[in-house]
Amino acid sequence: MATRLQFENSCEVGVFSKLTNAYCLVAIGGSESFYSTFEAELADVIPVVKTSIGGTRIIGRLCAGNKKGLLLPHTTTDQELHHLRNCLPDEVVVQRIDEKLSALGNCIACNDHVALTHPDLDRETEELISDVLGVEVFRQTIAGNILVGSYCMISNRGGLVHPHTSIEDLDELSTLLQVPLVAGTVNRGSEVVAAGMAVNDWTAFCGSDTTATELSVVESVFKLREGQPTAIVDEMRKSLIDSYV
Amino acid sequence: MAGAGGPWPSTSPSSSSELAASGMFVPSRTAATVLCCICGVAMAPNPANTCVRCLRARVDITEGLPRHAVAVYCPECSSYLHPPRTWVRAAPESKELLAFCLRRLRGPLSRRVRLVHAEFLFTEPHSKRLLLRLRVQREVDAAGGAILEQPHVVEFVVHDRLCEGCSRAQANPDQWTAAVQLRQHVAHRRTFLYLEQLLLRHGAAARALRIAAAERGLDFFFASRSHAARLVDFVSGVAPVRSRSDKQLVSHDPKSSLYNYKHTFSVEIAPVCREDLVCLPPKAAHALGNLGPLVLCVRVTASLALLDPLTLRVAFLDAAQYWRAPFRALLTSRQLVEYVVLDVEPDDDPDLAADAGSRYQLAHAQVARVSDFGRNDNIFTVRTHLGRLLSPGDYALGYDLYAANTNDLDVDGRKGLVLPDAILVKKSYEEQRRRGKQQRPWKLKSLAVDADAGAKSGRGDEEKRSDEYEEFLRDLEENPEMRFNVSLYRNKDYQPSEMAASSAADGDDIPSVPLDELLADLELSDDDNEEEESGDDGGGGSMEE
Repeated sequence: MATRLQFENSCEVGVFSKLTNAYCLVAIGGSESFYSTFEAELADVIPVVKTSIGGTRIIGRLCAGNKKGLLLPHTTTDQELHHLRNCLPDEVVVQRIDEKLSALGNCIACNDHVALTHPDLDRETEELISDVLGVEVFRQTIAGNILVGSYCMISNRGGLVHPHTSIEDLDELSTLLQVPLVAGTVNRGSEVVAAGMAVNDWTAFCGSDTTATELSVVESVFKLREGQPTAIVDEMRKSLIDSYV
Repeated sequence: MAGAGGPWPSTSPSSSSELAASGMFVPSRTAATVLCCICGVAMAPNPANTCVRCLRARVDITEGLPRHAVAVYCPECSSYLHPPRTWVRAAPESKELLAFCLRRLRGPLSRRVRLVHAEFLFTEPHSKRLLLRLRVQREVDAAGGAILEQPHVVEFVVHDRLCEGCSRAQANPDQWTAAVQLRQHVAHRRTFLYLEQLLLRHGAAARALRIAAAERGLDFFFASRSHAARLVDFVSGVAPVRSRSDKQLVSHDPKSSLYNYKHTFSVEIAPVCREDLVCLPPKAAHALGNLGPLVLCVRVTASLALLDPLTLRVAFLDAAQYWRAPFRALLTSRQLVEYVVLDVEPDDDPDLAADAGSRYQLAHAQVARVSDFGRNDNIFTVRTHLGRLLSPGDYALGYDLYAANTNDLDVDGRKGLVLPDAILVKKSYEEQRRRGKQQRPWKLKSLAVDADAGAKSGRGDEEKRSDEYEEFLRDLEENPEMRFNVSLYRNKDYQPSEMAASSAADGDDIPSVPLDELLADLELSDDDNEEEESGDDGGGGSMEE
């Protein structure tokens, strides 16, 4: 299921949160509603961690990660690093890397198997990405934009990319990622899809400007309707109850 | 309808085609369809990522544009007021009217939107409305910098109001501020008949409020001084004139330092006409290199062309020179006498005989007065410049100096001046005309001239007038160079008669106007006086046959 929410009157929820299949990072905000929305959806499945990175709240744009690891920029303080190591599950590798392009979230788009990166990232960074996140790394652009982390959003089940991506590019990207891709928008026509949403394999959070059409696109491409951990059980229970009654 | 600006796919079509032409591999790009973020219809991506209908429903780019405007219209002169006080003449649905309407809307339009197209929608004239359909473009920030285009209709309400000129004309149409008094102190009206045609041809008096005949001249009345000055300029370009202007103070507003004057231009045309015989005063003759002193005036333009018929010398005297030492004609064209040419002998003096290109040739001619025929045997042997034109048996018009009783001081005062018996001026076609009187295939237009109120009109006047007019028409027939500046129009009533055909077959050469010189008359169905005049002055407006 996809949820619509706001961070302090901003619809760019992907900027202020990082969602993976193993953990969720949320920025420290003035009000608790943002955090509690995540908490309500995810608390019984994965840890939801409030944190800042380098003293800022734009954590979604600064870090990159999947269920195996988390990459933090060199601006991250030791305290924040410790906090994250403490809060995240033990099997998640948390690593701070020395990369000139410190907004790792804008430069790296990844799921649990593949990562697309900014073409100008260091070679060491590329190796670290593949080691820490356990993914294959491809240097790519999306519709002519080098900030692949901003203009595409991928999970293990599907992906949403910049609306101007041509059909040839879509084919190429989905061949690399091995997931179906769709060109689309969030937040009532915004092209910066990764900034407007946070997604993992069974749930998605979109900015509150997102229209019903966009939401339905998101749900269908990320296969959220059937993808919830309890979906199968729910489905079975429903049919059982039907027959029982 | 929504055009799109902003960052489209980064390789523009032109640059990619250039690259492909240079042999570089260019991957093909097929634009994917995205769903409209509001209604979910599939569409090509645009900056707003919204389909046109949804975008249209959300933003109205014509917001704030005027839907109503007012145009002030003068029904008399069919012109529109461009504030503060300019009046623009414009026909309904014309380009000028469109320009005027758009200028009225320019402020709000240019501030908010870009105008792409404008046209009139049809409205009934008495609805007093003008409907203007515009297409406007505007960049919409809410739609991510997309440029939208949309039609927009503006309704102009036409308010009638007379313009200053028309309201003044309505109050008193004869209110003139400048008058031109054109005068020539001669006994006939030939000059004015010719001048009338020139004015018609060039539309020089089209702005006149009124034209009135006066004793020995015409009065032109104008609404503004500049119109009168224009007429004076025109006349001084076609006739040797001297003019002076005067003004009379009508009213004076000392607070705003406004002065109202009535201007009067007095223009006098030199009293020497074409074909007049002049005895040059000694000074003028000296100035022209001892010309004459008996000379014929052969042409009158801004200057006088004087021909010495005995030596074939031509001298030009411009208006300034003439008015410095003015002289009058010794004999005028009304005093021409008809002669029969008995014999013509070309002069063989090589110095004086004209070269081949000249129109004139010196000759000795034996002539006798037609009036003398059968009464006496008076034969005169004269020198004439018409050697090329005359042949024995012809009739010619000339001045009878033998019988003339001149009292010109210049003639009397000259010692040793021997007057010839006669000076032939032109060949006469009187005899042929008498034989076959026929209608002309052409006609002239005329100015609407008010009759002279002060003059007494009798039957004699009327006859004299029509005689003069007939004479003028003959002059036109005989002189192609006089026709040069005159518009002749085809006479619709003219039917070529049999007699005319037979006389033409005789080979008698009455000069006539070739048909291809005539103009078709421009006639409008509701032709009142004014319109005819406007048709007149456009010589170019009427079709050439």
